[in-house]
Amino acid sequence: MDVLNRLLELLAGDPQADRAVPPTGFTARLTVLSAAAMAFLAVFALALSLATGRLADRWSAELAKTSTLRISAPQDQMDAQTRAALTVLQSTPGVAEARPLSADEQRALLAPWFGPDLPVESLPIPQLIEIIEDADGYDATGLRARLQAEVPGAVLDDHTRWREPLVEAASRLRLLGIVSLALIAVTTAAMITLAAHAALAANAQVIRVMRLVGARDIYIARAFVRRFTLRALLGAAMGTTLGTLAILLLPRADAAGGFLTGLGFQGWHWLWPLVIPALAGLVAFVATRQAALRTLKEQS
Amino acid sequence: MIELDNVAYNYGGAELFSGLDLQLAAGSFHFLTGPSGAGKTTLLKLCYGELVATSGQARLFGQDARGLDRDAVAQTRRRIGVVHQDCQFLDHLTLAENIALPLTVSGRTASADDLSDLLGWVGLSKQTEQFPPQLSGGERQRAALARAVIMSPEVILADEPTGNVDWEMSQRLLSLLVELNKMGKTILIATHDISLIRAAKAQVSARVLRLKDRRLQLAGADL
Repeated sequence: MDVLNRLLELLAGDPQADRAVPPTGFTARLTVLSAAAMAFLAVFALALSLATGRLADRWSAELAKTSTLRISAPQDQMDAQTRAALTVLQSTPGVAEARPLSADEQRALLAPWFGPDLPVESLPIPQLIEIIEDADGYDATGLRARLQAEVPGAVLDDHTRWREPLVEAASRLRLLGIVSLALIAVTTAAMITLAAHAALAANAQVIRVMRLVGARDIYIARAFVRRFTLRALLGAAMGTTLGTLAILLLPRADAAGGFLTGLGFQGWHWLWPLVIPALAGLVAFVATRQAALRTLKEQS
Repeated sequence: MIELDNVAYNYGGAELFSGLDLQLAAGSFHFLTGPSGAGKTTLLKLCYGELVATSGQARLFGQDARGLDRDAVAQTRRRIGVVHQDCQFLDHLTLAENIALPLTVSGRTASADDLSDLLGWVGLSKQTEQFPPQLSGGERQRAALARAVIMSPEVILADEPTGNVDWEMSQRLLSLLVELNKMGKTILIATHDISLIRAAKAQVSARVLRLKDRRLQLAGADL
């Protein structure tokens, strides 16, 4: 709250204090440019983080609620074992629906590997049964035991084996996005600190004169902090606008595009980029204030 | 007001002066003289807290200068007006802004009338919008004096205030400082200009101190 009040007070400004410290073109341009570049990257890191978050949630939710039962049996026993399996499944608590895949559906699943005209009926292909769980889910261990006894050729796949790595990969990507955002914030702080140091060094004589006439360090620091905070805000607003436009211009998400075209914001998440300039301003405020007070202490 | 008690100051490992005692009482007028390099400017810096004595005690308005934090030093400097030898202006500010700077940094605003009166007092009414590099040496010294008094300080320290001006201008500056002393301000002027000291003693009761051979002495009757 204290920082927020100081920030608001700072933004209100003191034109006379601003006049006392001469503007420095080089550090001004450097700060605006670096804040813009970092904000542009931050938009993408944020989009990556949100998109992978959505992906992880979707995979996790969709795959967690479905399982597959594979029945491998001689052709003459296939129908009987399928019926037996369905009977077991329909009487299993936690199973909402159990449905054998049709020949067309199985053909579609194999099409990417064998082409569209595969004669499924004439091949010894296992029968697949899609299981949809209810909200509570079923007991996989108990079901496996019952299937082993009543349907010897059945193998239950609850997707755990390949769902976990997928969800973990998506979660890691989300973490990478968050780490990238943190690194961008740290880099922004470092660049602004360097620029503030350069400005303070260039204005050593101004600082000396201000001190000689009775200026407190906080007054001198405020003149620099205000300048760098506003520059960072301006640069970050520019970078955020450009980054958001770039995200908007990405191809639309569709089935063919997959994950990459899903990189972006959805719904109210489009408001998230607005946080970036505010954060950049806050980072600049803290970094410049620390740098200014430390440098002033060293110079005294 | 300002007291130095058995003060020593070392610069670069060498002793500039030691065993130095000085009391600036309220309303007093002092000259500080001595050869170049004797430490006059250093002594003034001790008086307004820019330097800290190597040993001994400097008391500014009753407070030990060594114990003052940076904010307290800033507060103390608002009670001391300093005319620096090289004026110490900010070249990107106008003359009026430079003169008003002590008020600005203390969060106050100079009223246009007060500023106009002050500029008129030092004879710079027409130069308000000029920048320091555009001013002559005499104008800069008068502007420095105006800046030193704008906060109505209790003490005014002047370091060679007539160093770069002609006789006529030095007399004008002296008369301004004498006028301030008559208003109750404490004045300490560091100078090697003997004629200035003699002219001042004709107008005001002034003590003349000489900084020589690392000691501060009361100057002889010849001054």
